[in-house]
Amino acid sequence: MEHKNWNGFIGGAWQDEINVRDFIQKNYREYTGDAAFLAEATPRTKALMKKLQALFTIERQFGGVLDIDTTTVSSLTSYSPGYLDKENELIVGLQTNRPLKRGVNPFGGIRMARQACEAYGYKLSAKIEEEFQYRTTHNDGVFRAYTDEMRLARRSHVITGLPDAYGRGRIIGDYRRVALYGVDRLIAEKKKDKAQIGANILLADQVRQEEELYQQIAFLGYMKEMAAMYGCDISEPASNAREAIQWTYFAYLGAIKEQNGAAMSLGRVSTFFDIYIERDLEAGILTEEGAQELMDDFVMKLRMARHLRTPEYNELFGGDPMWITEAVGGVGEDGRTLVTRNSFRVLNTLYTLGSSPEPNLTILWSKELPENFKRFCAKVSADTDSIQYENDDLMRPIYGDDYAIACCVSAMKVGKQMQFFGARCNLAKLLLIAINGGYDTTSGIHIGPQMPVMDVEKLDFDEVMERYQIYIEWLSHLYVNTMNVIHYMHDKYAYEKTQMALHDTNVERFMAFGIAGLSVVADSLSAIKFANVAPVKNAEGFITDFVTTGNFPKYGNDDDRVDLIAKDMAHRMITELRKTPTYRDAIHTLSVLTITSNVAYGKHTGATPDGREASAPFAPGANPMHNREENGALASLNSVAKISYDDCRDGISNTFSITPEALGRTEDERTGNLVTILDGYFAKMAHHINVNVMNRETLMKAYENPEAYPNLTIRVSGYAVNFSKLSREQQREVISRTFHESV
Amino acid sequence: MTGRIHSIQSLGTLDGPGVRFVVFLQGCSLRCGCCHNPDTWDCAAGTETTAEELVKKAVRYREYFGKDGGVTLSGGEPLLQAAFAREIFERCHEAGLNTCLDTSGSVWNPDVEALLSVTDRVLLDIKYTDDTLYRTHVGCSIEKPLAFLAYLDEKKIPVTLRQVIIPTLNDTEDGIRALKAIAVRYPCVDRTELLPFRKICQVKYDKMGIRFPFGHLPEPSKERMAELEKVLRSAGNA
Repeated sequence: MEHKNWNGFIGGAWQDEINVRDFIQKNYREYTGDAAFLAEATPRTKALMKKLQALFTIERQFGGVLDIDTTTVSSLTSYSPGYLDKENELIVGLQTNRPLKRGVNPFGGIRMARQACEAYGYKLSAKIEEEFQYRTTHNDGVFRAYTDEMRLARRSHVITGLPDAYGRGRIIGDYRRVALYGVDRLIAEKKKDKAQIGANILLADQVRQEEELYQQIAFLGYMKEMAAMYGCDISEPASNAREAIQWTYFAYLGAIKEQNGAAMSLGRVSTFFDIYIERDLEAGILTEEGAQELMDDFVMKLRMARHLRTPEYNELFGGDPMWITEAVGGVGEDGRTLVTRNSFRVLNTLYTLGSSPEPNLTILWSKELPENFKRFCAKVSADTDSIQYENDDLMRPIYGDDYAIACCVSAMKVGKQMQFFGARCNLAKLLLIAINGGYDTTSGIHIGPQMPVMDVEKLDFDEVMERYQIYIEWLSHLYVNTMNVIHYMHDKYAYEKTQMALHDTNVERFMAFGIAGLSVVADSLSAIKFANVAPVKNAEGFITDFVTTGNFPKYGNDDDRVDLIAKDMAHRMITELRKTPTYRDAIHTLSVLTITSNVAYGKHTGATPDGREASAPFAPGANPMHNREENGALASLNSVAKISYDDCRDGISNTFSITPEALGRTEDERTGNLVTILDGYFAKMAHHINVNVMNRETLMKAYENPEAYPNLTIRVSGYAVNFSKLSREQQREVISRTFHESV
Repeated sequence: MTGRIHSIQSLGTLDGPGVRFVVFLQGCSLRCGCCHNPDTWDCAAGTETTAEELVKKAVRYREYFGKDGGVTLSGGEPLLQAAFAREIFERCHEAGLNTCLDTSGSVWNPDVEALLSVTDRVLLDIKYTDDTLYRTHVGCSIEKPLAFLAYLDEKKIPVTLRQVIIPTLNDTEDGIRALKAIAVRYPCVDRTELLPFRKICQVKYDKMGIRFPFGHLPEPSKERMAELEKVLRSAGNA
């Protein structure tokens, strides 16, 4: 198949089938040079950004939400077109009719939408309330099917943050398809798929798929209508760089108008765009300045994306994140790296537009990346604290070379795999429930197998493990069943038709489970094994505290005695989870990632044998507990690197803060040392790291005087936030984390 | 063999080139007024450990060292446990790790000589360029480190000269020129570093219940450090 808008591209399989990867591989131009070619922000960009900054300021002054449209249900064509600055924008399209105005999306649950409006002083319109009286939401469906035990697990917080009242997210549409093929071709292909399935035996699975395809096709049509409202015809392939970026953005915009999923990630677009930019540069119709302007405008749009959330939601996922994760770099299967000039340009937006948590720029790190690019990344990290790193050498053999990251650390092949997001269970709380024979002292709920409270002077490691295992088995089974209910209902009542229209019809599905409190459990079990832990009972005879005497190895010091306990816990969990089948035959995966919920999880967990007090925060993700590292930063990294990616295919998050002084004396040394640290960490087969190069004092100043630091960005756990947007409690926890210092 | 160590820093970027695994050995016979590790003085304190165990640990960080990094022995004064240090460095070399010795150069004996045969770089702390200051504030003559340096030059072991800049004592242009003259005299010196005197160690002295000899002196300003740096870099190869 040929198309005039493909002139100048090298042809291949991508012309006859939907295959963006093949297009990229045939046409991209690797760049191994340095950052010297980059252009600065133009006066136009600066003026636009100034306007946007002013809106951000007002939004902050309004308590975090600028405005809400309470009378319209968000969808692709439900708002009239909106602009930041119609005359000067290069890339157009807003979620609602005004910048930063939030829409309501009640499909996940009407109560959530209502409460979110009320939290900011608005009232959901009678019209929507009325309409949703006669509609079943995802939330309604889930609670119809939940068992009593699932409700108890939820109430006791042993499983928390489940997407049973909000959009599950973590699905990445292959938004590039709209630019490369145009919507008409995508519709034609989906119609073919639908006819083919319809020609076979139709049972429940196939009937569901037929209905889903009908919806996908309908919403591709709405996407065209939405673009037409902005004066763009996206039925045909994009003909130049601006159109390629605009078409791709429309596809993403359609997704975030339709869905308010927790993480709405972007995928892997930079190198794809580079092909169009190179073609335009060569044809003399675009300059380097112009190319940067296009990326700047695109990123500005992404920074304006918003969803309406409740305060309870923000407690788990602090800082108003969207997780517009863009994967940058990586290596191709043929050995060429996927670094292009546009990989530099997307990072350069952190200079042209200033540092920012969104989009969530994620470097797919490989030891093979060009040295120049590695150094540029390290410099951007040190300057902006806005980017994260994930191990391409670890993921590429599993996902190929056209995968992206959903949310923080969840890898998936773009357009070919998706996941059912499952938040996380609280392993530390589960340990306490096990010791108490099926009683949760913080919620006062009896849950799980009922047996006597452990009645010993000193906890014995083998006895505790034997009991813990019983509860791990019980919880794993319950957790999978709960997820099956949630995702059955999400597909039924809040199906992501826009995003799934940008996937192959036959997708591979993951079911992503998670654990919180890994370092607390590892240290607690280590204390039980190597020190003396005497349980303390309350008046009712339940164990609510521990007296721990003697030394014990602590996770974070590269000490196998405890690190292997942590590794084993992850292994036990995934092994048990795999024993219960999943909805739609999804593949069980596990993450060690908490977002900012480590604070909330800690709050709902009693004192633990490692010496952590009741209600004290956990460490985030797979991090060692704060300030228990005694041998410096690399020892801490080595401990985390031992957790196996084979057990945790949904990612292992580590957040690392270091003072500039501890990285070296000169900027040049610091950049070089950060590069070798990243090379070393990933050579250890570690999965992910957030890098913050900053002093604790900066955060303390920002805590005291938030107005003075509106744009202070910090990586927290798989994503970055504006420090000022965190709750006071979350801010204090971030300040208390280990900062690796020079001695 | 076994020796006594004070602590380990798995990420060292300030003591030698690149990313380094730094072992602080226990014990020092000098009593420099500016010392920021008074807790390393007592030769009987610290943790006893074997050279084998230490190098086994260091090897776990090999991937982070890149092309420049490796293992640094600091202290305390590593020369006081020269035989132990030598075994550590020998084992490092067997494992293919670069070795770097951070020392005052004030001890000399056959064990030290043997240690230097397996040392890839020396960070030599020249505290003052004046013998009187040396005798008053260090407790030995300047001849010791200079003789040490002459030997390093003879053996062509690369040296980084280091000096802690202490206001009122050695923060003068003349002092820097004298330091530079030493660097020029010995071609093995390929780098000179000026380190600002810091007082964050005051807490350590307080905790140990002893007086911080230079506690009354101010830290040098950033500007002054830049000026002295300029004197060091101007004219000649320092």
